[in-house]
Amino acid sequence: MSAYPAGGGSGLSGKAHVLAAAMSIASLVFILRAVRRRQLRAKYSLLWLSIGAAFVVMAAVPGVLDWTAHRLGVDYPPALLFIVGIIFLLLVAVHLSWEVSRLEERTRVLAEEVALLRSEMHRDPTP
Amino acid sequence: MRPLAIIPAYNEEAALPAVLAELALVVPGCDVVVVSDGSKDATAAVARASGAVVLELPYNLGIGGALQTGFRYAARHGYERAFQFDADGQHDPAEVARLLTEIDRGADLVIGSRFLKPEPIGAGGAAEGDGYRVGKARGGAMGVMRFGVRMLSGQRIVDTSSGFRAFSPSMIRHFADTYPAEYMDSVEALLLAFKGGFRVVETPVRMRERAAGQPSNRSFKLAYHFVRLTVVMLSSASLHRPARPA
Repeated sequence: MSAYPAGGGSGLSGKAHVLAAAMSIASLVFILRAVRRRQLRAKYSLLWLSIGAAFVVMAAVPGVLDWTAHRLGVDYPPALLFIVGIIFLLLVAVHLSWEVSRLEERTRVLAEEVALLRSEMHRDPTP
Repeated sequence: MRPLAIIPAYNEEAALPAVLAELALVVPGCDVVVVSDGSKDATAAVARASGAVVLELPYNLGIGGALQTGFRYAARHGYERAFQFDADGQHDPAEVARLLTEIDRGADLVIGSRFLKPEPIGAGGAAEGDGYRVGKARGGAMGVMRFGVRMLSGQRIVDTSSGFRAFSPSMIRHFADTYPAEYMDSVEALLLAFKGGFRVVETPVRMRERAAGQPSNRSFKLAYHFVRLTVVMLSSASLHRPARPA
């Protein structure tokens, strides 16, 4: 017995689909603008853009989530959404941790070099 | 005012002395700044011994960071012309004069092109020359980059990844402030120049084949930066053309 409304996917009405599509597209535009203004480096945008694109597809094509879920053997399609979402967030978190580690290492090197430069300055006051 | 040669170098102790000597011989009127990008060898010492100003980065930033350091130096010291020169001997110093002439003629960014045929074909157009070979995957990626640059700027640039370039004072100041940090910086720099309304000119130059070693050609790295650049291009798309800065 299916609880899904006719023509919709995973319990979303037609109106909800349009809203989801609009929000997904707005997110993509927002991310692209951030890259353009150099507030977000292009490399960080890649994961976000691919997820945004996936959401646009899901919103624009009703039933694609259900179809994919059943193909993969997942009985409850929203579960697929959650699993993919969690995996994506894990990837982003790991990527950020990796970048933070790299930055900490580089900041440390800079601090050490500054200490060396300071001593050279005091030793040699002529500019 | 003497022009400035900006030479980014990473572990080039072997090639640098000869490169600097030849540059001093063929372009005697230029100042030289060598930017050691976290080199682990004697690059800095060797450059200093040849009389160049040496900027030693505390760790490896990549070509973009090394170049931007050079641009900052050029801007801070008021250089009116600067050119980028490779530390490995691929660039021919005899061609420097040709690049600088275009700057004097009013260009902001002059690209020394490996692929432009010296004689134009048809009504002012230029065709791709041969003579300098690149790998297949890289060639395909470069083709798409060329298309992207043409779409965004309206101008046809054949060699989008050339590192043999000259810069006007306003271009120097702009790049000192903002320069791409990642691989394939030259394509992104081209987009930045077009976006800022700078005048870009391409001129053919002879380049020597790489003396030793293969250029980094790992497919995954290329594919990743290719996708990344596509995002940059998509976000750069604009409907109007900006005014040329003073």
